[in-house]
Amino acid sequence: MNNHTLTIDGKTIEFEDGDTIMAAAARAGVYIPHLCHNPEFTPQGNCKLCEVKVNGRNCSACTFPAAEGQIVLNHTKELSETRRTITQMLFVEGNHLCPGCEKSGNCNLQAVAYSLNITDNRFPLLYPKREVDASHPDILLDRDRCIFCELCVRASREADGKDVFAISGRGIGNHLIVNSPSGKLVDSGLEASDRAAQVCPVGAIIIKRHGFEVPIGQRIYDHRQISEVSLKSEQGEAGGGHA
Amino acid sequence: MSLAEAEREMLLDIVRRHDAQPTQLLQILREVQDGFHCVPPEAMDIVAAGLKVPRTRVQGVVEFYSLLSLEQQGRFHILLSDSITDQMLGSRALMEYLSAKLGVAPGQTRPDGRVSLGFTSCTGLCDQGPAGLVNGHWLSRLDGERIEHIVDLVEREIPLANWPEAFFKVEDNVQLPGLLLEHPIAAGAALRLAVRQGFDEIFVEINRSGLRGRGGAGFEAAWKWKFCAEGPEDEFGLPLAGQTDRYVVCNADEGEPGTFKDRVLLNSYAHQVFEGMTVCAGVIRAKQGFLYLRGEYRHLRPQLEAVLAERRAKKLLGKNILGRQGFDFDIAIHLGAGAYVCGEESALIESLEGKRGVPRVRPPYPVVSGYLGQPTVVNNVETFAAVAAIAFYGGSWFAAHGTEKSKGSKIISISGDCERPGIYEYDFGVTIAEILLDCGAEHTLGVQVGGASGTIISEREFHRKLAFEDLATGGSFIIFDKTRDILEVVRNFTHFFAHESCGFCTPCRVGTTLLKKEVDKICDGHGGALDLAGMTSLARFIKSASHCGLGQSAANPVLGTLAHYPEAYKSRLKAVSFEAGFDLDDSLEIARRMSLRDDALAHLEQEGI
Repeated sequence: MNNHTLTIDGKTIEFEDGDTIMAAAARAGVYIPHLCHNPEFTPQGNCKLCEVKVNGRNCSACTFPAAEGQIVLNHTKELSETRRTITQMLFVEGNHLCPGCEKSGNCNLQAVAYSLNITDNRFPLLYPKREVDASHPDILLDRDRCIFCELCVRASREADGKDVFAISGRGIGNHLIVNSPSGKLVDSGLEASDRAAQVCPVGAIIIKRHGFEVPIGQRIYDHRQISEVSLKSEQGEAGGGHA
Repeated sequence: MSLAEAEREMLLDIVRRHDAQPTQLLQILREVQDGFHCVPPEAMDIVAAGLKVPRTRVQGVVEFYSLLSLEQQGRFHILLSDSITDQMLGSRALMEYLSAKLGVAPGQTRPDGRVSLGFTSCTGLCDQGPAGLVNGHWLSRLDGERIEHIVDLVEREIPLANWPEAFFKVEDNVQLPGLLLEHPIAAGAALRLAVRQGFDEIFVEINRSGLRGRGGAGFEAAWKWKFCAEGPEDEFGLPLAGQTDRYVVCNADEGEPGTFKDRVLLNSYAHQVFEGMTVCAGVIRAKQGFLYLRGEYRHLRPQLEAVLAERRAKKLLGKNILGRQGFDFDIAIHLGAGAYVCGEESALIESLEGKRGVPRVRPPYPVVSGYLGQPTVVNNVETFAAVAAIAFYGGSWFAAHGTEKSKGSKIISISGDCERPGIYEYDFGVTIAEILLDCGAEHTLGVQVGGASGTIISEREFHRKLAFEDLATGGSFIIFDKTRDILEVVRNFTHFFAHESCGFCTPCRVGTTLLKKEVDKICDGHGGALDLAGMTSLARFIKSASHCGLGQSAANPVLGTLAHYPEAYKSRLKAVSFEAGFDLDDSLEIARRMSLRDDALAHLEQEGI
């Protein structure tokens, strides 16, 4: 062993040069909850769900480099509470109506909430007014459900080479914008087969005419925990992606 | 709106003058905003095409910075500072008056396009407020009479150049000079010494001085420089091959509410600040420097450009500085556009690169990977002024002042309830009580040390000292006397952070808005005991879970006052454990209108349980 180990919750795992804590953990079969991270794309660390304690300090596992001898805490009461709070914040920030959402059962936000035993919003709903963009013949953009993970932004830039999406505004006024003269999806270069159109972890970007092909009750997270699903897909081939 | 040919030509010219460099995007958009009183959609297309960047990048920048706007603003765009000190001096009432006289509400543009009004964060004139900005230029010492006069000038469409000079007059207000302000150095004095002795010798002096960054965080300047000068390294600690450009950046994004000492240093000690930057460049072998000047300080830009030109003429900048072969360094001024978060060094670098000011993920730190991914030193204005003095007078001269862990002096900006607001310089280790005595503060309820992100100190703690080991501060010192309501202070600061959050990370983006709503609820008298408990845990969460210093300090006003002034909160609480966070009766208004009812039964009383 050439000095490439760290511990997560007491379990010793190996890491490789250039690994983040998240990458090392996933390879070793340790699930660290996350929403904005997808190993296909440059990690960004904006959702903060993957916050862990590294030698006593709060760090985002998806961006923090793994180093020899790190003592990482992942499943603690305190971190679970932090993750619950973040998830509740994401719910009240947007307009998330799970029962009527096509993504229900396949949604990572919902699945994370299940796994953290979230049963209420805790905070007052902010009811933001956000624009729906149904202009594209094959793709629907429902900004009400956007959680600003920027996966579509990164996928469009890094995988599709198109730069269709970006975040604009500031603070709570942040919003997803589309790269076209009209600002509408129909005038952009986005196609249904693009990674950017497929990568949304929630129901903000949806492919039209494929609604409810899998009935509620038979969907990914209806029977499996996100920890299991996530590890399986991320341990698999590098380009496998989510769900 | 379709642009005329001449307007399109003007836009192309702006892009050309900035060499079509994407790093110049923010500078370009500032000029567009000046020309059009907004950034029109077609202008975004032209700029995007000219810079070869996606249109979304342009729009993202416009919508990030407060001083840029997609909506049409007036030919006179008047902003009043909404900082706590301006509010204490009556800025809100002045805005009401101004708004009534001009017939336009804050945040709106009058239909004739002549004038628009709005609020802005601290403008750095807390010692001579209420203050504001007209088309980006400072307005100081506003009062009813001055507002009256401004209304008249606006209605007669008198160009700004013909407005009375007194309106724009900003005084230095140095009340108590200390180590640095009493010993300014002559232009070039430190550099001549440095060139004669060699920069290794100068670095030894900087190291000996123990100088720590004056922006507030207090990282040792010498160490920062050393890391920057040495990196990047390979895994064996050897310098990586190839050309490395290094950069020196002066952080003049003085946005912390209540801070204005950098304004004074840049107004009257600019040579010394630029000299400090040039000394740093000599040590770390940088060729290019930037002064990142906050947008609200644009008034200073022409005179700063003049100082830079003078330094070039004197061979203190440019090629072969002071005749030393290979010592090449120049400084460019970059203007911000209204974003407090850009005071955070990695957000500042993003902004310098012409992007939204979103703090980067660290590591890597800017000393390793900063501007354009190159090693970069970012230091505060006051730090560079001190560097020049240390290079000239020596490290021991500086280290003889202050305390064990905080060498030298600190320039502080005093505002709020006192006889003599202004600039004071003390050796580190001075107590709050001494400062209050000097500036003529009486019946003091509390002092906000370090601005909105700092610490509130109640009278039980006036023996505490200004020093990194006790009360660290970037220089803001706001005094509240006993006529003030401390919860209104908390409300102001909490709104400030919600407005300034960049929105990158969830805890700060959502948390600061939730905290604002919670503080409002309590201040408005609708809070119960549960609200207080909920607010406390929310505040602790934001502090521990946020990505950068803004979020980590956004809850300080709430946490500090809860600790020091618990009675202020308790006296505001209702004797119920829960009350809804919205106005029940108000929520029925639409239903009443639709059902054409307004009888007693169509109303609800706000009751808790």
